[in-house]
Amino acid sequence: MPLGGLILLTSCAYLGVLFAIAYWGDKRADAGRSIIANPYIYALSMAVYATSWTFYGSVGRAAVSGVGFLPIYLGPTLMAALFWLVLRKMIRISKANRITSIADFIAARYGKSALLGGLVTLIAVVGVIPYIALQLKAVSSSFLIFWQYPAIQMPSQSEAMGPLQDTALYVALLLALFTIVFGTRHLDATERHEGMVAAIAFESLVKLLAFLAVGIFVTFVLYDGFADIFDRAAQLPDIGQLLTLGGPAGTYSSWAALIFLSMLSILFLPRQFQISVVENVNENHLAKAIWLFPLYLLAINIFVLPITFAGLMHFSAGTVDADTFVLTLPMVHRQEALALLVFVGGLSAATGMVIVETIALSTMICNDLAMPLLLRWKALGLAQRRDLSRLLLGIRRGAILLLMLLGYMYYRAAGEAYALVSIGLVSFAAVAQFAPAMLGGMYWKQGSRAGALWGLSLGFLLWAYTLLLPAFAKSGWLPLSFIEQGPFAITWLKPTALFGLDGVDELGHSLFWSLLVNLGAYVGVSLFGRQSSREHAQALLFVDVFKSAGRGASLWRGSASMTEVIALVGRFLGPDRAAAAFANYASRRGQRSSADLVHFAEQQLAGAIGAASARVMLASVVQEEPLGMEEVLGILDETSQVIAYSRRLEQQSQELETATRELRAANERLRELDRLKDDFISTVTHELRTPLTSIRAFSEILNDNPDLEQAQRAQFIAIIVKESERLTRMINQVLDLAKLEAGRVEWHASEIDLAEVIDDALATTSQLMQERGVDIQLDLPPRVPPVIADRDRLLQVLLNLITNAIKFCDRESGRIGIAVQVLPEALQVDVRDNGRGIDAADQDTIFEKFRQAGDNLTEKPQGTGLGLPISRQIVEHFGGRLWVHSESGRSGTGKGATFSFTLPLGQSDVAVPGPGHETEDKT
Amino acid sequence: MSKTVLIADDEPNIVISLEFLLKQAGYRVVVAHDGQEALEAIRRESPDLVLLDVMLPRLSGFDVCQKIRENPDWRDMRVLMLTAKGREVEVSKGLALGADAYITKPFSTQELLAEIATHLGGK
Amino acid sequence: MANRTLWAQRLVALFLLGCLLFSYPLLALFDSRGEVFGIPLLFAYLFAAWALLIVLMIWVVEGSRR
Repeated sequence: MPLGGLILLTSCAYLGVLFAIAYWGDKRADAGRSIIANPYIYALSMAVYATSWTFYGSVGRAAVSGVGFLPIYLGPTLMAALFWLVLRKMIRISKANRITSIADFIAARYGKSALLGGLVTLIAVVGVIPYIALQLKAVSSSFLIFWQYPAIQMPSQSEAMGPLQDTALYVALLLALFTIVFGTRHLDATERHEGMVAAIAFESLVKLLAFLAVGIFVTFVLYDGFADIFDRAAQLPDIGQLLTLGGPAGTYSSWAALIFLSMLSILFLPRQFQISVVENVNENHLAKAIWLFPLYLLAINIFVLPITFAGLMHFSAGTVDADTFVLTLPMVHRQEALALLVFVGGLSAATGMVIVETIALSTMICNDLAMPLLLRWKALGLAQRRDLSRLLLGIRRGAILLLMLLGYMYYRAAGEAYALVSIGLVSFAAVAQFAPAMLGGMYWKQGSRAGALWGLSLGFLLWAYTLLLPAFAKSGWLPLSFIEQGPFAITWLKPTALFGLDGVDELGHSLFWSLLVNLGAYVGVSLFGRQSSREHAQALLFVDVFKSAGRGASLWRGSASMTEVIALVGRFLGPDRAAAAFANYASRRGQRSSADLVHFAEQQLAGAIGAASARVMLASVVQEEPLGMEEVLGILDETSQVIAYSRRLEQQSQELETATRELRAANERLRELDRLKDDFISTVTHELRTPLTSIRAFSEILNDNPDLEQAQRAQFIAIIVKESERLTRMINQVLDLAKLEAGRVEWHASEIDLAEVIDDALATTSQLMQERGVDIQLDLPPRVPPVIADRDRLLQVLLNLITNAIKFCDRESGRIGIAVQVLPEALQVDVRDNGRGIDAADQDTIFEKFRQAGDNLTEKPQGTGLGLPISRQIVEHFGGRLWVHSESGRSGTGKGATFSFTLPLGQSDVAVPGPGHETEDKT
Repeated sequence: MSKTVLIADDEPNIVISLEFLLKQAGYRVVVAHDGQEALEAIRRESPDLVLLDVMLPRLSGFDVCQKIRENPDWRDMRVLMLTAKGREVEVSKGLALGADAYITKPFSTQELLAEIATHLGGK
Repeated sequence: MANRTLWAQRLVALFLLGCLLFSYPLLALFDSRGEVFGIPLLFAYLFAAWALLIVLMIWVVEGSRR
């Protein structure tokens, strides 16, 4: 038959393409140019969630329960929103601890317990075998149906068919071979299969396209769009129940239970863990998957109901299995190409699932079931064998074959008991048992090995009792009375209505009891038991994975021979790979302590044989000194928590101290300012009162003595005028100083020529100098570079200094000198007098407000006592300095005083050479 | 015989005004420009009343007042503190040191003369 | 990274929104035999809510990267 040949040819060609993609992916990975380092590939490969159970089974389930097929896809959509929170942590933990499967994850979390790893493996295998059986069934029945083309004939199970005529067996063997070939090409410490992931992503595309093609064909070719199909389907019997909840579509609670269940399974199905955690290349790819994966699920489900209704309308009830509508609808309408595409799509859905699932399970079986047993079996002498890497690969390949055959046997034995969807749910409920131990292990440090062991065992038992045994009974392996009346006719032990819990559907019932007992035992035993030190160490590593990166080595203490350790790793990974890994490690991390190297070796081994076995193996070559609980607590808690806490405390108290100190200083400063202000005001009032006193006294004298002599009258009025002027000047200067200090002065900075300002100042004071008979000596360099300053303010400073000099210079032969020097970065102006000089003690105080070098002068100096403080403020504003130099004149024959100030040169003249040099014009 | 008043102040213009006022009122006037000078004048002249500025150069008014009160010979000498510092502390300090009155600048010439007259009147 | 924790929180909010949309009692509001544009109400509601969630996820994840 040409069509049969075409089907076979297409199938083989499809698998060939898959293999080519996988091969190419591996080659690229080896070359370091990964093709799966791409968020889209990652998200697509996650769609391995959609198996033939989705591809064919959704329509089957929709035919019975209408919208009831949807929760299985809504759950993962909801969980996708939590990927960043949950899955990312799972990935981080797995990367940090070289975890390669769920069994490994749980075993490692609870103190690298081999027992726990074995239990998880067992649950996973038992739980997932029916699921694999389902895929085999789907492939073989779709093949058989297509084979009959153009007839539409359901393959009948009643027809006695020996295993050798059964296509499912050949499918199983073919898939086993295929999986072995590109699932176990080599042993890798990270247990990643880049080629496989690429192939799975491709398969996801194929099955989506195939399903969309059928959907579009049915909806828009056979019918006139969605509305048309739903309109016509209205005549179908019971259609109402399919489109509302409460009936076969499920109650609200069963709907919620399904959503919850599928939320857990998207995390804990071994194949999902393999793809989304183990095969993850980059945590950030999760971001894309968060929306792309739900979008994929939406797309592959949108046509389910239209196809279902079209099938129900086309085929009279019971003649064609609704599970096959996807294939039979194109067939009956003679769409060979479309039917072939559907067949390939179904094949890809099934193969994708089978490949990933068996790889994941075989890793578990090898690392967490076979190796621990074999290593303990001293008679085998395994611990002494030189190269174990071939043995490991052998075990894995054997496990794959075994799994496939177990799946086949389950299919032969129980395949007809349930519709496709129900089998899938049995598996979902099995892996949901991992949830307490996994999630608890990730977020709850107290969760203990004993708790996990009890929880998992009891949950698994209840799952088997309430879901698996009824399935067996329905398949005829157990008497039906077992379900209907309960074992030994004890009704409260009825598997589907335990303790009389009735009115819940079978799945919800099983889920409730198994998870309740599981969680209860996990939490209860954990709370009332004690963790071993190793458990506690692992718990901290897992729960605090985001805080303590790259720790763990510090938890090991002992002695080890490096050559032995490397030889040991070499036995599992192959000597060359091991040598390369250690060389790489050494070059990356430098010479490290033996604890670090042992830790690295353990990680390498964990990737190959699982955490629990790796520990056992390493223990055979290194002498580990056991750490006590207290020590581990000491190391971990101290380093991670106590130290962090105390550091935080220390930091806080330091901050507090600093703040207190600053506050105290500020307070001190404020009080000082307050005192200064007080003094200032008191001084100001005093200084103001003095001229005021003269003014008032003379005014009153003039007033009371109208007949005063003209000369005396004139003298008194002159005094009044002079004192008024003094008062005004004082008020002005006080205001001026207040403005300067408050920073409220408007400065008009410009480039000014200092020589010119000095000329101005001398012109202004020439009158005074003549009166006092003072000589002036000017000493200017040939060219005075410009400075940036406020011209009027600078003039004020110069006037102040010059008048001071005039006032204080020698009475008889007063002489003052003004000199300008060009320093490297500034101009310096000196104003020199030949007066009696200033005591060293007074040299600072004269710059204070109202302090005139004063108390022991025979004559009260003239002036306000504000000139120097104001001048200093001005000079400092322009970045200069004002100071006095005086060789104290105690004896009265002083050498005078020199007031000097500097002003920084303008930017353009910074490089001006020292004093006396001619400068080039740089403008 | 007219009473003698010592004016001890460093502000020349104030001295001029006080000198004029007191001479006009018929007192004999002696002038000192700082604390030291004031003490010398007191020893020399034994004035009946001292108009003492607080902020005197070399020796402050407070010191001068203290010296006057330390010397029993000068027990009857009247001391009137004159100051531009009007704070409570200064007033009480001056009085505590034995000043007979404390007059803040600027003062009313009438009141000052009245005050002087009161303190010298008893004699 | 603050940005990251922010969108993790937004995603949790979306999760809660999804839980609300896909469960009793909101589900009961649309659990009837009505139709919108010829499409059964419940079916239309479920897919619309689903699509809305996905659009919001895209908005949160992709929008905050810029």
